[in-house]
Amino acid sequence: MDSVTVIAIISIAAAAICMAIGSIGPAMGEGRAVAQALGSIAQQPDEAATISRTLFIGLAMIESIAIYCFVISIILIFANPFWNHIVAAKPGA
Amino acid sequence: MHLTPDQNVLWKWGFLEINATIVFTWSVILLLTGMSWLLTRGLTASDQHRSRWQSGLEAVVEMIRRQIREICPTYSDTYLRFAGTLFLFIAVSNALDVVPGWQAPTGSLSTTAALAICVGIAVPAFGIVRQGLGGYLRHYIRPSWIILPFHLMSETTRNLALAVRLFGNIMSGTMIVGILLAIAPLFVPVLMQALGLLVGLIQAYIFAVLSMVYIAAAVRRDQEGAK
Repeated sequence: MDSVTVIAIISIAAAAICMAIGSIGPAMGEGRAVAQALGSIAQQPDEAATISRTLFIGLAMIESIAIYCFVISIILIFANPFWNHIVAAKPGA
Repeated sequence: MHLTPDQNVLWKWGFLEINATIVFTWSVILLLTGMSWLLTRGLTASDQHRSRWQSGLEAVVEMIRRQIREICPTYSDTYLRFAGTLFLFIAVSNALDVVPGWQAPTGSLSTTAALAICVGIAVPAFGIVRQGLGGYLRHYIRPSWIILPFHLMSETTRNLALAVRLFGNIMSGTMIVGILLAIAPLFVPVLMQALGLLVGLIQAYIFAVLSMVYIAAAVRRDQEGAK
């Protein structure tokens, strides 16, 4: 198996695994955060605005972890520097 | 594959190039400045002759001011100008995604990195203005000097996270719509475009609020005194 094939296989597999595993943690975290926020709103309906705002800020911070994984996957698929380098070095491979 | 507007070069001369990011950034700047100038030409303080546009702008400014006051008790108009500009710029450039042919400049890592660098410079600047250079540098070693490397690292990574969070959210939104157009072209891209709009506005709010939170942490005077 030459290096072009190896790079292609590993890039594709890595992109898929990165996104798959990387979205488990943030999803579970966001679920817990929303559950807690709903419980807090049920306990103190007057503070619903503050709780909602804090919830959204927290969700954005958690979401950014999943976004990091997504950016890596997108780079591996569409702007892969190793693939570009190897394709430029061996044209027609 | 068209990841960011950076790759869309319109004009090149030597090493200078005008790419789509620059064009759309300047469009947002001219749009915001032009509209502000146009709508604030006849500012009045009376309740009878106030135009609707002035009331609308006042509502927006008052809403942003209230949010900043909740986050940072030591409010100052400079924070309103800084965080308000961040919010308006990012919100307008994300919300104009519905206009056909618009490529959000915040979908490029250059723009978001520039905004994050602005925040990264503004936070120490506001801290030093408020607490003096010695006071600000001393807060790095509170509560103990062991914390110093972690504090420095957290400052760097949170600026990086600001840039990558905004870039990732907006870039993924436009890319999802593009991919779905190739797969299921009738209604599904519209739904994803709507979600992208919501995400864009939320990310604008998050960026501005996080900047304010960092500024509030930097200007907060330790009330407990020496420990």
